[in-house]
Amino acid sequence: MYTEKVLDHFSHPRNMGEVQGANGVGMVGNAKCGDIMQMFIKVNDDGIIEDVGFKTFGCGAAIATSSMATEMIKGKSVDEALALSNAAVVEALEGLPPQKIHCSVLAEEAVRAAVEDYQKNKTGAGA
Amino acid sequence: MRNVYLDNAATTALAPAVLEQMLPYLTEVYGNPSSVHAYGRRAKQGIDLAREQVAAALGCETGEVIFTGCGTESDNTALLGVAERYKSKGRHIITTNVEHHAVLHTCAYLEKQGYEVTYLPVDAEGLITPEQVRSAIRSDTILVSVMFANNEVGTIMPIPEIAAVCHEKDVLFHTDAVQAVGHVPVRVREMGIDLLSLSAHKFHGPKGVGALYCRKGLRLPPHSMGGAQEQGRRAGTENTAGIVGLGAAIELACSHIEQNSAKMIELRDRLMRGIETIPEVKLNGHPTKRLPNNVNYSIKYIEGESILLMLDLNGVAASSGSACTSGSLDPSHVLLAMGLPHEIAHGSVRLTLSDDTTQEDIDYTLDVLRATADRLRNMSPIYPGK
Repeated sequence: MYTEKVLDHFSHPRNMGEVQGANGVGMVGNAKCGDIMQMFIKVNDDGIIEDVGFKTFGCGAAIATSSMATEMIKGKSVDEALALSNAAVVEALEGLPPQKIHCSVLAEEAVRAAVEDYQKNKTGAGA
Repeated sequence: MRNVYLDNAATTALAPAVLEQMLPYLTEVYGNPSSVHAYGRRAKQGIDLAREQVAAALGCETGEVIFTGCGTESDNTALLGVAERYKSKGRHIITTNVEHHAVLHTCAYLEKQGYEVTYLPVDAEGLITPEQVRSAIRSDTILVSVMFANNEVGTIMPIPEIAAVCHEKDVLFHTDAVQAVGHVPVRVREMGIDLLSLSAHKFHGPKGVGALYCRKGLRLPPHSMGGAQEQGRRAGTENTAGIVGLGAAIELACSHIEQNSAKMIELRDRLMRGIETIPEVKLNGHPTKRLPNNVNYSIKYIEGESILLMLDLNGVAASSGSACTSGSLDPSHVLLAMGLPHEIAHGSVRLTLSDDTTQEDIDYTLDVLRATADRLRNMSPIYPGK
């Protein structure tokens, strides 16, 4: 049911774990539904995501979409990260079963939550 | 990498001895069992022998055995048949909230047809009591259907005691014994069972064939209409090879049931002791009143489908009650009925043994499971750490 790419990201997740010095952290989902994603980003002064990490409680697709999302935003600007769509994550994974599309939505939301947290921190620090 | 199949509650491997007995019926014995000529008579003999084997295993008469297409069909036939035949007596049915969907979805259908269904709630270990049944029976109750053993958590229900209550109240008793037959002794007469469903592929027989025990004197409407097969109770040309395989498999399983279950209980308990060494796990089902081949644990802070995938990548085949394996958003109705919170139900893993399982298989599985729990917990944002 899963593509090779999904299984590869599941068994060899990229950027797994917390990021030292992260300045944006987002967590989405809930345990009741069986999926929680936590996303850590470290954004430099130029607004570039220098480092990214994730932690996920969830199924194979949840872990694979988290992993893929981190790869897709690493080295990108926060605006580019905000533009990441779940469809792009699904495409990069060469497809997901229909009942797993919600995992990719969660990955998109986790990235957005981390960026929003970064922006909030930045505004707070600047004020 | 070792390959270990621990999903025997889903299905079992066809026993080579069973296959051997089936093969002639897939080749030279191709006659229609209803035909008068020698080709037909030979096929009919195979079915007759299988019916004797099933009757011997269950402790009933051959005329009480109806061959069906699967356990689900047996369940459907029993419930829909009783509902139809006894609707003038009443339209109330009692079952439990942990039945297989073959029973639950049939009950839901009957509710839409104007029947009333009481779903008895199980306790935290998956049991209902005969007293619950007694107090639920009403004057318009026509059927009680309680599974013999649960397919997910392996809890064995107090079947003879429940059947006794039903008889005292003059209510028919059906049991879905798909997971029990061939694994624990099932004797319909001694246990007071009126209707019983079984399926061949759960005890090393072929897929696509089951049976319904229907007590003598109980005439239900036929499952299908047409020819006179199965004494007019299930029209359609018989799956001769499948039926022969069911007969051979039930005889094989029931002839070794004591030794097999003693061996499986030893391995099951070894697996359970090993899993208990992983911190923060929870046994699902009853600690002792459980099938000899069933192990079911929730591993907290991680999710069932990812456990299965990681086990599979390491050669171990298992199953889970996680929502993600069912295609729905809710985890197993059985685990929820037993009062498990969603997040713990999502982390369940079911490992079901067969008599082919070895101690090496169990030890290897434990190594893989420990590593899997560590790895996934390390990834989990809700794991509080060591």
